[in-house]
Amino acid sequence: MNINTFEQLNEICISQNKKIYEVAQENMAKDADITIDEVRAFTNRSLFAMKEAIQTGLASKELSLSGMCGQDCDRVQKRFRQTPAIFGKTFEKIITYALATSEENIRMGKIVACPTAGSCGILPSTLVAISEDFDYSERIQIDALITAGEIGRIVSNKVALAGAVAGCQAECGTAAAMSAAAICQMRSGSVSQILNAAALTLKNILGLTCDPVAGLVEVPCVKRNPIMAVLSITAVELALSGVESKIPIDEIIDAMEQTGALMSPTLKESSQAGLATTKTGLEVQKRVFGR
Amino acid sequence: MKKSTLFDIISPIMIGPSSSHTAGAVRLGLLARNIYKNTPKKVIFKLYNSYAHTGKGHGTEKGLLAGVLGLSVEDRRIKDIFSSDIAKTIEYEFEYQDNFKYHPNAVDMTFIGENKMFISGESVGAGEIAIRQINDFHVKLTGKYNTLLIVHRDMPGMISQVSSLLQYHNINIASLFCDRSAKGQQASMVISIDGQIGEDIIEIVEEIPEIYFVSYIKKL
Repeated sequence: MNINTFEQLNEICISQNKKIYEVAQENMAKDADITIDEVRAFTNRSLFAMKEAIQTGLASKELSLSGMCGQDCDRVQKRFRQTPAIFGKTFEKIITYALATSEENIRMGKIVACPTAGSCGILPSTLVAISEDFDYSERIQIDALITAGEIGRIVSNKVALAGAVAGCQAECGTAAAMSAAAICQMRSGSVSQILNAAALTLKNILGLTCDPVAGLVEVPCVKRNPIMAVLSITAVELALSGVESKIPIDEIIDAMEQTGALMSPTLKESSQAGLATTKTGLEVQKRVFGR
Repeated sequence: MKKSTLFDIISPIMIGPSSSHTAGAVRLGLLARNIYKNTPKKVIFKLYNSYAHTGKGHGTEKGLLAGVLGLSVEDRRIKDIFSSDIAKTIEYEFEYQDNFKYHPNAVDMTFIGENKMFISGESVGAGEIAIRQINDFHVKLTGKYNTLLIVHRDMPGMISQVSSLLQYHNINIASLFCDRSAKGQQASMVISIDGQIGEDIIEIVEEIPEIYFVSYIKKL
């Protein structure tokens, strides 16, 4: 059956005593007329490509086409080799992997748009870093990625996942909610805890605009990826402790849709306001495009 | 509007940095190539609006050319396509224009080879694309379905002839888009189908009197 809201998803999970990924993979298989194994194989290909992007990104210092970004992952790795991060090894990995993927994206490397290219570093960074440090099997990683995909799918039914339509809240915000859901699933969270983790994440990025400097997926996008990834883990820890979002996730998405519609078009991927039109933003644009 | 699936959210695997400006550009080039059926001798790309302004920073030109040369959205050769050997087999030019009648991410492609073909399309977001015009005809091609493009005389009964033939072969029509140049002149049908159409059926369509041209465009 068609699942269009998180309320429906929650009801089905409870009545059939299933996890989110079980419901999601069954529905995907039915929709595409394929087997559940094929759904998981497709997911595994994306997972593999995410890991490949991280490894390639960790080793590169190549600048983007504009020359604005491309070496922050290297900076962070160098520092962590000397001075450990406050929150420990996994935290270091999340930040590093998110930058590695995002920088790989802007130097025309191969990434997985998840859900979009600009937000491609968020989910892989938490999923891969935490899987490595807690020794989660490939099966558990695939369960987590399918869970994340189902969250993104339901959000996208209501709000187009495009900066030009609803701002960055719909891109990096959705990516962070997907990351929260994936990690909550890996940490054996209940269906309700997973939905709360996604809700707490989304609630805290409402209103985020899309105002990229020179119209490129670089500033602020690249550094927004590690910052959003860490935010999503905060939501997971809250949710796993039993903290609940007072506003149900479906209503948060309604608020996101409304906020996106009310957001000025100048702040939705058109680079006509915000960071893009700051003094420095305009100088960068002039240097890159000569106008 | 067709809703996203789980697969749409956790894919595509693609060359960055932008689904609309890079992956979308590759797919526009690829679908245009599928329509033209060949690698042309020369292509002239005319980029509009956002594609014209921010294309260079997003690798839009590289994506378009790579698509025309048959590369997929995840092919690592896209990045250095201008200096690659496969790009030496073709001539290409880029033009830029602001025109607010066009979609923000629009491109016109003129293919020149054994024949000349004008193809116009747009990148509508999240890597999704639409070809809106082929020569004089308005069409709607998204690359999601195998599609039959038919140019025929504008007269009663043409749609029914083609659709009954498809029905006879148990082929389901997913969408049908029709247009004409003028009453009684040339008309076009763009028929997206579930599954595939065999060569034999296409030959039967070609034999229908008053059908001038048939092209089977494979999905991306």
